Amino acid sequence: MIPAAFAYQRATSVDEAVRLLGQSEDAKVLAGGHSLVPLMRLRLAQPATLVDINALDRELGYIRRDNGTLRIGALARHYQLEESAEIKRSLPLLAEMAAEVGDAQVRSMGTIGGVLAHADPAGDYGTLALMLDATITTNKRSIAARDFFLGLFSTPLAADEMLTEIAFAVAAGPHAYLKFRRRMSDWAIVGVGAQKLDDGSYRVGITNAATTPIRADGVEQALQSGASPAEAAKRAGQRLDPTSDLRGSAEYKTHLAGVLTQRALEAAL
Amino acid sequence: MAVSQMIGARIQRREDPRLITGGGRYIEDLKPVGALTMALVRSPHPHARIRRINADAARALPGVVAVLVASDFKEVLKGSHPVAPAFVAEKLTVPDRYPIAADEVVFQGEPVVVVLAENRKLAVDAAEAVEVDYEPLPAVTDLFKALEPNSPKAHVNLVDNRAWDLTYAGEDTVSEAFARAEVVVKERVVQQRLAPTAMEPRGVVAEYSEYDGQLTLWLGTQNPHFIRLFVAGMLGMAETKVRVISEDVGGGFGSKISPYPEDYLVAAAARLLKRPVRWIETRSESIQATTHGRGQLFDVEIAAMRDGSLLALKVTQYLDTGAYVGTFGAFQACACLLAGGAYKWPGGVAARTVGVLTNRVPTDPYRGAGRPEATHNIERILDKLAHEIGMDPVAIRQKNFIQPDEFPFTNNFGLIYDSGNYQGAMDQAVQLVEYDAFRKRQAQARAEGRYLGIGISSWIEICGFGPSAATVGATGGLALIESAQVRIHPTGSAQVFVGTHAQGQGHETTFAQIAADTLGLPYESIEIRHGDTAEGAAFGYGTYGSRSLAVGGMAVRKTAKQVVAKAHKIAAHLLEAAPDDVVFDQGRFHVKGNPGTAKTMAEVAFASFGASLPEGVDHGLEATSYFDPPNFVWPFGTHICIVEVDPNTGSVNLEKYVAVDDCGEIINPLIVEGQLHGGIAQGIAQALFEEVSYDEETGQLLTGTLQDYLVPTANEIPTPVLGRTITPSPSNELGVKGIGEAGTIASSVAVINAIVDALQPLGITHIDMPASPDRLWQQIRAAQGAQA
Repeated sequence: MIPAAFAYQRATSVDEAVRLLGQSEDAKVLAGGHSLVPLMRLRLAQPATLVDINALDRELGYIRRDNGTLRIGALARHYQLEESAEIKRSLPLLAEMAAEVGDAQVRSMGTIGGVLAHADPAGDYGTLALMLDATITTNKRSIAARDFFLGLFSTPLAADEMLTEIAFAVAAGPHAYLKFRRRMSDWAIVGVGAQKLDDGSYRVGITNAATTPIRADGVEQALQSGASPAEAAKRAGQRLDPTSDLRGSAEYKTHLAGVLTQRALEAAL
Repeated sequence: MAVSQMIGARIQRREDPRLITGGGRYIEDLKPVGALTMALVRSPHPHARIRRINADAARALPGVVAVLVASDFKEVLKGSHPVAPAFVAEKLTVPDRYPIAADEVVFQGEPVVVVLAENRKLAVDAAEAVEVDYEPLPAVTDLFKALEPNSPKAHVNLVDNRAWDLTYAGEDTVSEAFARAEVVVKERVVQQRLAPTAMEPRGVVAEYSEYDGQLTLWLGTQNPHFIRLFVAGMLGMAETKVRVISEDVGGGFGSKISPYPEDYLVAAAARLLKRPVRWIETRSESIQATTHGRGQLFDVEIAAMRDGSLLALKVTQYLDTGAYVGTFGAFQACACLLAGGAYKWPGGVAARTVGVLTNRVPTDPYRGAGRPEATHNIERILDKLAHEIGMDPVAIRQKNFIQPDEFPFTNNFGLIYDSGNYQGAMDQAVQLVEYDAFRKRQAQARAEGRYLGIGISSWIEICGFGPSAATVGATGGLALIESAQVRIHPTGSAQVFVGTHAQGQGHETTFAQIAADTLGLPYESIEIRHGDTAEGAAFGYGTYGSRSLAVGGMAVRKTAKQVVAKAHKIAAHLLEAAPDDVVFDQGRFHVKGNPGTAKTMAEVAFASFGASLPEGVDHGLEATSYFDPPNFVWPFGTHICIVEVDPNTGSVNLEKYVAVDDCGEIINPLIVEGQLHGGIAQGIAQALFEEVSYDEETGQLLTGTLQDYLVPTANEIPTPVLGRTITPSPSNELGVKGIGEAGTIASSVAVINAIVDALQPLGITHIDMPASPDRLWQQIRAAQGAQA
């Protein structure tokens, strides 16, 4: 419960943050710290240097809409996503997801960029990014969401690369995110998101049932071919590979993905 | 007697302003100048031999003052850890326990090396740098395998893993009834291990003064006087040279009754190094090394007639003691003595308890300690029986309750229930929950394929420990009486010193209410002092087992009355009247028939320090006395829970929770309700959420943080609807019983019974705790498969 020693540096610009990241062998970005700090306290993570980017609130804390695109700075915090009128208008599913993250303390500190860069399959926003083919921008490049989640806690981000923005196509149609958990402030044991697009098609994604978030394209295709939610949901398990743990057996989680998919689709009709 | 004003008053707790504004004083707040911080290297293995310890690297780190192993403590720590007889005087195997492992570790988390450094970070870093070479040994984890003759042993030198095996009443006592019974139902009930999870983990600060040879120990404990006794004994010091101070304690739930290795190690290190030493437990250490609760398994069998008449009961308890017998671990054998619950058993009750040593952290009392287990067993098996014979669960209870006119009632083990009206409490609960309307709604829901259920738990408990005749045998000679010292100062403010010690119970408020009415002084002028062995009465027995009000509160009452008796003489003298002509009413002494001329208690207090005292009366207004209750007290009640189970996910929605409890007369209704809210939450937590889990292969603790050990929050717990009946206890003048554990005793089985009731259409007749979604879903699926 006491972290190992580390160096601490506070960046005042993205350029400076990137430079600081490049200077240390094993540096980590400190944003909200709600995933990183607990790992450090358990000494499961022992970064040599923390580069604190919380001073970039203004530079990276934005939420704005450019035509059909919703752009969100990496440092936008959960509560901002939850409360933003723009998000409620342009991508209400994201606001609802944000409202269900952790507790009020977590939501006041944790950031969308932190969730994505940490690439925990339990992070809800990764699911939405996959569902809506979001674009993730760093100081170096843009990466399509489908190319971003490489594995458990694994992304293509280089050591001196920092996530700066995520851009979603606007989607304000019927939607649902069902996050199954035993306690209100827990991660999803399994979560399922469904979003109906303007063309009548559906996007479906699954949280925490594989090493990465999963786009349930089998379910989407079944719906496209006219399947009912119940029939389509039978394909929810196709690409899943959950691990058995204290929260549930792999078998249970796979089953749960199907149940939640059906319910999410019915809620988003 | 004066007309009560404060007793029964629904006032807010005087502790709360400081506690909720960050003004409480906990162990973490104590930072003596020059203090060293202790960190422990703990065994990562459930069972292993220590081959070699290399602390060179740790010693070389900056700020490290000492790295100590078992042999370094031999000179200061001479004794071993105590084990109370509790309800099992004759034990078979009680392994010696030394605070720090020397050659063999027997549970994960056992202290192996003590590191002392200038601050906490340095201490933790140094502990990480210590290398310990272990030879893993086979670990004992399964209770039944542990009892097999060829099982590995929890300690290499043990002959048997059986800590005790005691039959209170043999099967022969019930064989006749089982032979004539028309129906026999049995069940195995599992009580999973629980981590007590006090909001404030443990912590100890010790300072040894060479000036007067005095050791001062600050720690969060439920019983400072007991801790002084044990620590003084282990250190070979006189009790007068050890002072234990415990200020605010952030929860205990039973886990802060017993002494711990760290209490001794911090004290010993302070003596050895002649510097203050502090140790604060981390949450992960707490889950790993603080005693666990429950950890039991029961075989329960009931014999009855088809009309629902109960005949006899058989209960066998297998109790996982962990690697050492917990100081008060055997107390939980009271689950056997209370097996019969609120009912009559003409054909007898057979009961046997078996304590089993395993390679786990020791178990010890946890809120309810034996009584939740007893309630769970009887209320579960009763529902199963009711289902078997097609009888309503309310009706079967009603048919077999001990009746109000049968008190005092002697149960099958000779324990005397003091007073009760079990039917009355159940009637009110049934009414509050709208039982009949629910059954209609349930039938409708079932027709729609929904699974609603209702669960009843009619509980009783033994508490108020305890009458000397019954408790000396349980503690090894100490009667669990309670003490109080009452002292009125010249200006009329009063201090009351008590031997109990609150960890959230609100004694500073409740006891002041009792003292105010008894002494006839304003509530505001009464101060309750506890938690410091250098203050007040000579000895106190602490706060656990819902004893503080019925025993400690009565000690306050009794002592305050002695003070009043003395004041009475002085007042009569001041009023120039014979004492028999003077009455004491509403804090004023006056001559009968002349209330206009009176002396207040404050005036009498002032006069008691003056020059004019009656013949034979000493100066001052103070008294010390001890209260030895004539009997235990026996609260009771009925809880009813309504749930809906989602068969597709296995999740349980707690729709409604009704609790009607009877703890006799009430001093402060607000505190009683608070105790019930917390207690009910804790029982629900066991029913649905909490379980200490270890990896079966490696023995590693899997629930090492609160992310994995699921303590529910306010979001998961419904606000209970509380009712109340009042059946005064004849065991004490205040008519009070206890309420600290009631909620927990009743609630786990109310929830489980409701879930089983919900799933009855699927043929499910029992569910283990915690009823996690996965577990329920697997069971539902298997049941659906069986039906298909």
